[in-house]
Amino acid sequence: MNSQGTSLRAYVLTRLALAIPTVLILLTMVFGLMRVAPGDPISAALGGRVPPEELEQRREAAGLDEPLIKQYFQYLGNALTLDLGTTINDDRKVTSIIVENGSATLELTMAAFALALVVGISIGLLAGYYRDTWIDLSGRMFGIVIYAAPVFFTGYLAQLLFAGELGWLPSSGRASPIVEFELDQVTHFYLIDTLITGNWDAFWDVLQHLILPAVTLGLLISGVLIRLVRVNLLQTMRGDYVEAARARGIPERQVVIQHAFRNAMVPVVTVAGLQFAILLGGAVLTEQTFNWPGIGAELVRYLNERDYIAVQGIITIFALAVVVVSLVIDLINAFIDPRVRY
Amino acid sequence: MRTPRILKPFAQATGMPRTLLYSGVIIVLFFVILAIFAPWIAPYGFDQVSADGVRFPKQGAPDSAHLFGTTVQSTDVLSRVVWGSRTAIEVVVLALIFSLTIGVPLGLISGYVGGKLDRTLVLIMDALFAFPYLLLAIVIAFLLSDKLGQGVVTAALAITAVYIPQYYRVVRNHVISVREESYVEAARALGAKRMTIIRRYVLQNVIQNVPAIATLNAADAILTLAALGFLGYGIQPTEAAEWGYDLNRAIDDAGAGIWWTGLWPGLAIVLLVTGFTLVGEGLNDVLNPVIRARRLRKPKMDEAEVEAEEEPSHA
Amino acid sequence: MREAVLEAKDLRVWYATETDPVRAVDGVTLDIRPGETLGLVGESGCGKSTLGRALLGLTPDSAGVSGQVLYDGRDLTEVTPKEMRELRGPELGLIFQEPMTRLNPLISVEKHFFETLKAHEPGLSKDEMRVRSLEALAGMGIPPTRFGQFPHEFSGGMRQRIMIALTLVLEPKVVVADEPTTALDVIVEAQILGILADLRKNFDAALLLITHNLGIVAEACDRVAVMYAGRIVEDGEARQVFSKPAHPYTRELLRSIISLQTKGLNYIPGAPPDLVDPPPGCRFHPRCPDAMKVCAEKFPIPITTADGQRVECWLHGPESEIPEGGTEQLAREEIATAEEA
Repeated sequence: MNSQGTSLRAYVLTRLALAIPTVLILLTMVFGLMRVAPGDPISAALGGRVPPEELEQRREAAGLDEPLIKQYFQYLGNALTLDLGTTINDDRKVTSIIVENGSATLELTMAAFALALVVGISIGLLAGYYRDTWIDLSGRMFGIVIYAAPVFFTGYLAQLLFAGELGWLPSSGRASPIVEFELDQVTHFYLIDTLITGNWDAFWDVLQHLILPAVTLGLLISGVLIRLVRVNLLQTMRGDYVEAARARGIPERQVVIQHAFRNAMVPVVTVAGLQFAILLGGAVLTEQTFNWPGIGAELVRYLNERDYIAVQGIITIFALAVVVVSLVIDLINAFIDPRVRY
Repeated sequence: MRTPRILKPFAQATGMPRTLLYSGVIIVLFFVILAIFAPWIAPYGFDQVSADGVRFPKQGAPDSAHLFGTTVQSTDVLSRVVWGSRTAIEVVVLALIFSLTIGVPLGLISGYVGGKLDRTLVLIMDALFAFPYLLLAIVIAFLLSDKLGQGVVTAALAITAVYIPQYYRVVRNHVISVREESYVEAARALGAKRMTIIRRYVLQNVIQNVPAIATLNAADAILTLAALGFLGYGIQPTEAAEWGYDLNRAIDDAGAGIWWTGLWPGLAIVLLVTGFTLVGEGLNDVLNPVIRARRLRKPKMDEAEVEAEEEPSHA
Repeated sequence: MREAVLEAKDLRVWYATETDPVRAVDGVTLDIRPGETLGLVGESGCGKSTLGRALLGLTPDSAGVSGQVLYDGRDLTEVTPKEMRELRGPELGLIFQEPMTRLNPLISVEKHFFETLKAHEPGLSKDEMRVRSLEALAGMGIPPTRFGQFPHEFSGGMRQRIMIALTLVLEPKVVVADEPTTALDVIVEAQILGILADLRKNFDAALLLITHNLGIVAEACDRVAVMYAGRIVEDGEARQVFSKPAHPYTRELLRSIISLQTKGLNYIPGAPPDLVDPPPGCRFHPRCPDAMKVCAEKFPIPITTADGQRVECWLHGPESEIPEGGTEQLAREEIATAEEA
């Protein structure tokens, strides 16, 4: 209907406008944090390793002798045009880190999130529907314990058992070295790259490498989802429209699925979007545990090398990703729930 | 004697919430005892590598001298697990104190004063909240490490930065709803001073919600501390024993089939986090009537089988 | 007189609490005949809504139910959940108090109708369902153009009319309307009451109209049942009850109506009793201006007055059951203490 079309568009525009201050605040925060650091980035990374003249030259080239306010606006401008500079130590463009290592992170997190949705929603619904029974108790306990276990511990156990003791799956990396060497990297998503070249052995190898990290990370997120889905279902099951549907003699199965489950999912979408932050944090740890060459692992490496430009660039991207994800989640919500549009 | 307000949920809890709450409390108390009495419970110091002039074995399997085995640095795993609980509890307590003393007043003032101040703070806190929390903690720990060193205080401060927005949000939202309640309105109409109203009426009500959030955050704090340690931005091994750091070292052992160096610190994390979560979930169940368990026995109706014409007997 | 279509016999619904049960409905006997509108009145919290839901078997799992609900030769407290579900809708309909939250916000009006019709008349084609739904909606004054819209696009009054259409589309024999107009404004209230009045003319349906508004009862009901603290204290022809109330509670309730002729405000002192531990004897005696000694001691025996009202009050006897000196006025102090308790 036309009126719905315009209101949806108005909503999208408003939501986009609201994202702007968030982006600015986050970018300012990143800039501020990086400037609190003692010393300047170039000397921190290279101090003592190159002659003072070169140090001075590189400082100038990076614009570090400019006044802070000018640096700030320069940073803002660069960040918004996605020009994030070049790393100090290994002279890589930060944007290429994002393409190459970011794709590894995306592949891992998407697989993990898909698994988390399936496991989290089904256990959450079961626990909520059979509230206060042993199903509820075990579902909740599973959620609590899996969330209580740090990914690097779950990952460690998985490595011990499936990679070490049983020898079923590889314990680290994205693919076997030979596969990775021969792989034609088109999208940088190994699953897709191996698929489009029709290289099934390589696909299988990549998939095997993905299983342990994705399951480890996915189970962690599912712990959060279980809690969320359960509470929401408890709320909708008490909903007025659920009682009204029962009063019309709608079969219980349909009442539960059509009215309670469906409506319980709406807030889950919103909060699942907030889990993105946990997912990113979890990804950093998972990558570290499984030697997964993702952007989180790179961040840790550059932090250790005190490469501020790289760190600043990667954190900027994370901040932008957070905003984009929350934007997308809100838009998805607007499509699911007719009320949001008004 | 009246039950103090903060303990009321424990007295009121029944059924499943009670089970959750009590088992959580027992687990947490266990670790608190370990933390307090670590010097007496742990067989060795957390960085002790020899006793009576004899060096401990390197990556030694569990035996009678080292019940949980030894690490690659020849330290005793059991001792490190016990000392680690002291570190964990210290950091949690410090982080809680820091984030409460900053987050709660900020939320109170922002919610009560409203206006521009409120809007600005909300924007900033929302942005902070949206930021991947682990990265924030890492960056702050990293920045502070040059000034404060890599000890308990640094770790606690890094964690604090993550949790301030949470307390702020909860407290602020609660203040906004309480502010409109009639008794607060009435106090204002009677000319009570702003600070008096905040202290007497708003704070009293808000404070009830804090225990549930605080325990859930304590659980998260342990995880963040361990994550920092795992990534090498936590507490230095020379400063104190820390489970996350131990797990980091243990990952390399996994390939060699050495399980004892990682299993025990890992289990300690899981157990303590579970304990805090159980307390928090239990408190939530009791305080939040919507998700509160309603497993009630059907009333016995036998006595109601009497004739309608007669007085229904009392149950 | 026509035979009752729905009959409750000594019905009790007790809600479980962490301590003693709440006796929301405590021994109610009531019948309703086809084509009749029965008003159920009483203060808030006297068990009206619980009674209405109990007739459709919609009490929560933790509530205890005893007694009988007879419909079509069956005791509804005994039938299986599946049978009960099949009865809800085509036989027994329920209209709720607050229309705003009774429609699922994520589902269009069309879907609400289709799922309802499908549940009870699975043989209908899509077109037939459409025709039936639009007919029911048209009867409520909702134009067919709005069929595909979502609940939030309608006002409260319209939502209530949709809810009623949703109930009537299955042409139930008995409709329980639980304060259907409380949440709405006066003009919409009049419309809705008009619609409900047509109901029995057009469908020969029986209507149980739950309300705390005596004006509505006077206007719309043939018969009225007055409920107090889980019991029906008076039950009779509406006109009769209004002109000659037999129970002091009914009388006081009628006196507290505000009308244009009202000179001063009347109210019944005190509040309805705690249903966990109701007062001994007649449950109204602590607030009753006519309370006698016997009222505080013995539970009143239901009796039919000369005018045809069924009433539970010692003022109407039977005298043989009243102990010696029982008719003496209850002392005022006792009233006061009872009230405090």
